[in-house]
Amino acid sequence: MTNKKTVEKKSAVANAFDAGLNWVDARFPLTSNIKAHLTEYYAPKNFNFWYFFGSLSLLVLVLQILTGIFLTMHYKPDASLAFASVEYIMRDVPWGWLIRYMHSTGASMFFIVVYLHMFRGIIYGSYRNPRELIWLFGVAIFLCLMGEAFFGYLLPWGQMSYWGAQVIVNLFSAIPFIGPDVSEWLRGDYLVSDATLNRFFAFHVIALPFVLAGLVAAHIIALHEVGSNNPDGIEIKKLKDKKTGIPLDGIPFHPYYTVKDIVGTVVFLMVFSTIIFFAPEMGGYFLEANNFVPANPLVTPAHIAPVWYFTPYYSILRAVPPFPGVSMLGIPPSLFPGVAAMGLSVMVFALLPWLDKSPVKSIRYRGALYKKWLSAFVVSFIVLGYLGTEPSNVWGQFGPWLGNAERATVVARIFMIIYFAFFILMPWYTKKDKTLAVPERVTG
Amino acid sequence: MSDNISGGHHASSQLDEASQVDLEKRNFLIASSTVGALGCAAAAVPFVLSMTPSERAKAAGAPVEVDITKIAPGTMITVEWRGKPVWIINRTAEMTAELPKHDDQLTDPGCEVVSQQPEYCKNKDRSIKPNLAVVVGICTHLGCSPSAKLQPKGDMGDNWMGGFFCPCHGSKFDLAGRVFKGSPAPVNLVVPPHKYLTENTLLIGVDTEDKA
Repeated sequence: MTNKKTVEKKSAVANAFDAGLNWVDARFPLTSNIKAHLTEYYAPKNFNFWYFFGSLSLLVLVLQILTGIFLTMHYKPDASLAFASVEYIMRDVPWGWLIRYMHSTGASMFFIVVYLHMFRGIIYGSYRNPRELIWLFGVAIFLCLMGEAFFGYLLPWGQMSYWGAQVIVNLFSAIPFIGPDVSEWLRGDYLVSDATLNRFFAFHVIALPFVLAGLVAAHIIALHEVGSNNPDGIEIKKLKDKKTGIPLDGIPFHPYYTVKDIVGTVVFLMVFSTIIFFAPEMGGYFLEANNFVPANPLVTPAHIAPVWYFTPYYSILRAVPPFPGVSMLGIPPSLFPGVAAMGLSVMVFALLPWLDKSPVKSIRYRGALYKKWLSAFVVSFIVLGYLGTEPSNVWGQFGPWLGNAERATVVARIFMIIYFAFFILMPWYTKKDKTLAVPERVTG
Repeated sequence: MSDNISGGHHASSQLDEASQVDLEKRNFLIASSTVGALGCAAAAVPFVLSMTPSERAKAAGAPVEVDITKIAPGTMITVEWRGKPVWIINRTAEMTAELPKHDDQLTDPGCEVVSQQPEYCKNKDRSIKPNLAVVVGICTHLGCSPSAKLQPKGDMGDNWMGGFFCPCHGSKFDLAGRVFKGSPAPVNLVVPPHKYLTENTLLIGVDTEDKA
C-alpha cells in the first residue's frame, strides 16, 4: 500500500534527524537547553499585555546590533568626516537612510519598551524576593543602555551631539577632588574633540554592546532559575502536579508564549515602521533639529536639551541649586549636589527590592495608599521629563516675593521631591498600606 | 599526603577539613595569586593612561595673538584658544560704571575664588585695561557657551543690566563674567592668562609678568 510506504519513508528521514540530534546532544547540550528554556520552561498562564515588553526589548537589541553593524560599514569616526559620513549614509548609500533611521528611531523605541518593561516589574512586584538579582541585572542593563545612547549620540557630530557630550562629560568634573582629572581622562583632551569622538565610537560599537549582551544573558538565566512572576504576584512553583512536578498554573513557554510574543512583535513592528517612514525625527524628540548642524565648539545652540529618555534625570540635575561653598574653611562652591541627585535618581531603582515591605507583590492586592504614591511617582516622572525638554525659563518667573525664581525650576523641585519620596518613604507606606488577601491560584 | 587530600575529599565529607589543609601549598597559592593580581593591575596602567590627552592634544595649546582695534565699544569678538571660545568685550563707560552697582546680586563679587582669574585681574573690572574684558566663554556649570546679552533689558527682562545668559541651564553672568546668585553655575567665568604685547595687540595664553 502506498500509505505504508510514505510512513516508512518519513520515519527514515525522522531517523536520520534523530541520529543527527543525538550526535549533537552527545557533544553539546542542545535538546536539554531547548527544554530548559523553551519547551519545558513553565511560565504562569496569566501573562497579560505588560508581558510583551521583555521580549520586545530583546527584539530591539537585536535590531540595534544588526543595523549598527551595517552603519559602521559607512560611518567615519573622525571629527572632520563624521558629520558628512552620516549625511552620506542618508543620501548616497543605497537604503542607508532606512538603516540609519531604524537605528536612531530604534534608540527611542528601546527606551519606550524598557520603561514599560520596568513599569511592569514595579506594578507586579517582579523585583521582590526571590527575583532581586534579576532586577539588579536589569538596572545594570538600563545603565548600559543609557551609556550606549549617550556615546551613540555623539557620533553624528552635530551641534546637539557635541554640546550634549560636553555637558555630560563635565558632570564628572563636579565630583570632589578627582572630578576634573576624570572628565579630562574621559575626553582624552581639554575639550570634546576628535579624540573623544574616536573613543566614544569604540565604547558604542564594541565595549558596551559586549557588556550588554552578557548582562542580558545573566538577566534571562537568573529569570529561568527562579521562574517568572505574574500579574497576581504569587509563586506558581508552590502548587505543582504531584505526578509530573509541573506547576499547576504553568504552561510551556514554547509554543504558548512564543506565539503570543510573535503577535506582540508584529504589532510592534507596525508601530515602529510607521514612525520610521512617517516621523523618524518625531518632531525633534527622537532626533533633535540642532543635530542637523555640524558641531561648532565655539557656539552653543540657543536651547540645548537631551533626547526625551534622559529628560527626567536632566530636570533633576537642573533643579538642584549648587553648593555655595564655605569661604572661611576654603571649601569652594560646587555643583556636585545636582550631579549627585541626578545619579541617585537613576541608581535608586536598584534599591526597590529592599525598600518595598508590603506583604503582597502585585498592585492587584495593594491598597489605595500605595496606588496614590505610585500615581504621584508616574506623574512626577512625566512632568520632570517634559520640563527637561524645555528651557528653564519656559514658564517665566515668579515675582519678587519669591526672589524672581523661574517658575519651571520651582515646579521641577516640587516634583523632584515627590520622585525621591516615592522611594525614601516606601518602607513606611508599603507597611502601612491595607492590602487584600492573595489567592492560592492565579486569576484571569 | 596529597593522595590523602584528594582521596579524602571525594570519599567522605565527614573527615575533619582543617586537618587536611596543606598550609604550605595554600600560602603559596595566596602569595602567587596576589602577585598575579598585582601584575594584572600593573598591566592595566598603560591602557588607562592611553586615554589621557595625547602629546598632539597637549601641543595644540599655543597662545593666540589678537588685534583689538576692530572691536567697537559696546561689542565683542570671540577668538579660539585651546579649542575654547575666548570673548574680548569692549565695554563702554556706562557698562563699567554699572559693574560695582550690582555686587549684592553676585555670588563672588570680589573674585575671591582664586582659580577663576589671574592675580592681575582680581580688581573691580576683572581686567587689565578697564574697558577690555577677556573671558573664557565656557559656563562654569557644565561647559556650554553662554549667549551674549550685552545690552540691558530686552528679552532678559527689565532687571537685566547686560551680560551673558547660558542657554543650557540658565546661568547668568555680568559683563565681567561674574555669576549672578541663583544660577546653577557655582563660580565666575574664567579669565585666561593674557598680556598686551603692544597697545593694540593682545596675547591670550601667556601671563602678564608680575608687576613687582
